[in-house]
Amino acid sequence: MSAAVETDNSGISVQQARGGMPAHHAAIFIALLAAGLVAPFLLYPVFVMKVLCFALFACAFNLLLGYGGLLSFGHAAYFGGAAYISAHAAKVWGFPPELAILSGTLAAAILGTAIGALAIRRQGIYFAMVTLAFAQMVFFFSLQAPFTGGEDGIQAVPRGMLFGLINLRSDITLYFVVLAIFLGGLLMIYRIIHSPFGQVLKAIRENEPRAISLGYRTNRYKLAVFVLSATLAGLAGSTKAIVFQLASLTDVHWSMSGEVVLMTLIGGMGTVFGPIVGAAVIVTMQNYLATMGAWVTVIQGCIFVICVLLFREGVVGVIARWVKRPL
Amino acid sequence: MDDGVILAADDLTKEFKGFFAVEGVSLKIKRGQIHALIGPNGAGKTTCFNLLTKFLPPTRGRIIYKGQDITAMSPADIARLGLVRSFQISAVFPHLTALENVRIALQRQRGDSFDFWRSQKVLLQFDERARALLAEVGLSEFEQTEAGDLPYGRKRALEIATTLALDPEMLLLDEPMAGMGHEDVDRIAALIRRISADRTILMVEHNLSVVASLSDTITVLARGKVLAEGDYASVSKDPRVIEAYIGAGHG
Repeated sequence: MSAAVETDNSGISVQQARGGMPAHHAAIFIALLAAGLVAPFLLYPVFVMKVLCFALFACAFNLLLGYGGLLSFGHAAYFGGAAYISAHAAKVWGFPPELAILSGTLAAAILGTAIGALAIRRQGIYFAMVTLAFAQMVFFFSLQAPFTGGEDGIQAVPRGMLFGLINLRSDITLYFVVLAIFLGGLLMIYRIIHSPFGQVLKAIRENEPRAISLGYRTNRYKLAVFVLSATLAGLAGSTKAIVFQLASLTDVHWSMSGEVVLMTLIGGMGTVFGPIVGAAVIVTMQNYLATMGAWVTVIQGCIFVICVLLFREGVVGVIARWVKRPL
Repeated sequence: MDDGVILAADDLTKEFKGFFAVEGVSLKIKRGQIHALIGPNGAGKTTCFNLLTKFLPPTRGRIIYKGQDITAMSPADIARLGLVRSFQISAVFPHLTALENVRIALQRQRGDSFDFWRSQKVLLQFDERARALLAEVGLSEFEQTEAGDLPYGRKRALEIATTLALDPEMLLLDEPMAGMGHEDVDRIAALIRRISADRTILMVEHNLSVVASLSDTITVLARGKVLAEGDYASVSKDPRVIEAYIGAGHG
C-alpha cells in the first residue's frame, strides 16, 4: 500500500491511520540528518558525538518510560555495563570497534533480560526501586571486579579499524560512524513505536487491566520493551566507550540513571524527538558550564524544577501541543 | 455434564484477612442467557466478578468454563478462551483514537504482536472491521477522536465495541450503566439486548429497571452469599430479597 496522502478534514490522522510515516516526521528526520552532517564542521566533533551518544541513551530510556509507561531508575547499569564490556573487548581481546560495540550491546541485552524479568513483576515505585537496587549491584560489581580497573576505569581504549578498513583515530571519521549508529538506533526506536508491538505497548501503558482483559499477556510485552530499551541503552554506552576511549564508574553510577530521566523529562517524555533535545540541553550545560564546578548540578536542578512547574510535557511536548501534531 | 451451562462456579470463596467478601457462592450460568448479579452495596458482586475473570485469585472453590477447569488460569488466558469482561469504570485507552481502541482488540486475531520490526501498516487490514464495529455502537463519526475526549456514555459504547471485536462467547459486564444519563441507559440497554442474541452475558447492575427488562435469570447476593435466584418476578417477590435489598419502601 502506497503512502498516498488522502485529504480529509483531518488529513494528518488519516495518514497516520494509514500507518506510514507522516510528512512532518520525515521532515524532522531529514533535518536531523542534515544537521548531523554539518555539525562536526561547526562544533567540536567530540562534543557532538557525546550529545549523540546521550541522545540515543535518552531515546532508549524514553522507549521504556514514554511508551511502555515503566520508570526504570537503573538504566546506568545497561549504559555503563555495556561501556565496560565494549572497552574490555576492544582493549584486552583486541576486537575491532564494530564487534566491541556489538559485544557491549549484547551484554546489555542479557543484563536487561535478567533484571527486567524480575523487575516487571512489580509496579510503579516498586518497579523503580527494584531497577535501582540491581543497578547498584552492577555498580558495586564494577567497583570490585578486577577487569573494570576500579576507580581508574578502563582507559586508553583503542578506537581501532572499522571492519578492518577504516581507521577511526580521526575524530571526523569516527563522528560519521557515531552519527550512523545514532540515526540507525533512532529509526529502530521509531519503528518499534509504530509497529503492531508498539500499539499493544501503548494500550498497556494506557490501561493495563483492560489490555489483560483483551487477552494480552502484558508481562511479556513489558519484558520485551525492557530488553529493547536496555539493549539500545547498551548500544549508546558501548559507542561512548569507543568515542572517549574510556569506560568508568561514572557511567554505571546512579546519578547517570538520574541524568537520563532528567534528559527525557526536559525534552518531552513520550515524544519521539524530545529526548534528543533534552540530551543536547544537559550535555551542552555540562560542557560549557564545566568551569562552574558543582554549580552545574544546582543549575540543572533549577532547570528541572522550572520544567516540571511550567511545562510538564517537556520542550518538544509543548511544541507538539502548539502545532497540534505528535512529535 | 454440559446441561446448557457455560460457566459454573462451585463454592467460590474469597477471604481478605478474616473477612469473607465472597463465601461459598455457587453459580450456574446457562448458555445464551442474560444473567444478572445484583445485591446491596458491599454484597460482593464485584469481588465475585473479579474471581470469575481471575483478576483476583479465589481462596477456595472452582470455576468451570465450557467443561474446563479455569481456576488456575491467568486472566489473559481466560480472555483467550472467549470469556471477556468489562470494568466498572470505563475502560478505554484514552490517548488512542476510537478506531485504534477497537483495533487493539482486533489485533488479537494475529496472536501475539511481538513483531516490533514490522510497520503498523499491517494493522490496516483491521480498519474495515473496526469501522463496522464502531458503526454498530453508533460511534462512526468519532472514529478519529481520542477515546479520552469522548463523553461518558460514548466511552461505554466504545468499550462494548472493543469487547465485541474479540467476538467473545461470553461477556461479563461490570455495571454497564453506572453513572449514565437516561438516554444513554436506553441506548446501551438496547445494545446489550442486541449483542446477547448469540452470546451469554453475565452482568452486575444496580439499575433495577434495566435488570428487570434485560435479564433471564437473576442471582441476588448479600453479605457475600447467594440469597436468592430466579427470574425477576420470583426474585422480586422473595421476602428475604425485599428485606435485604429492595427495602421495605418497595414492599
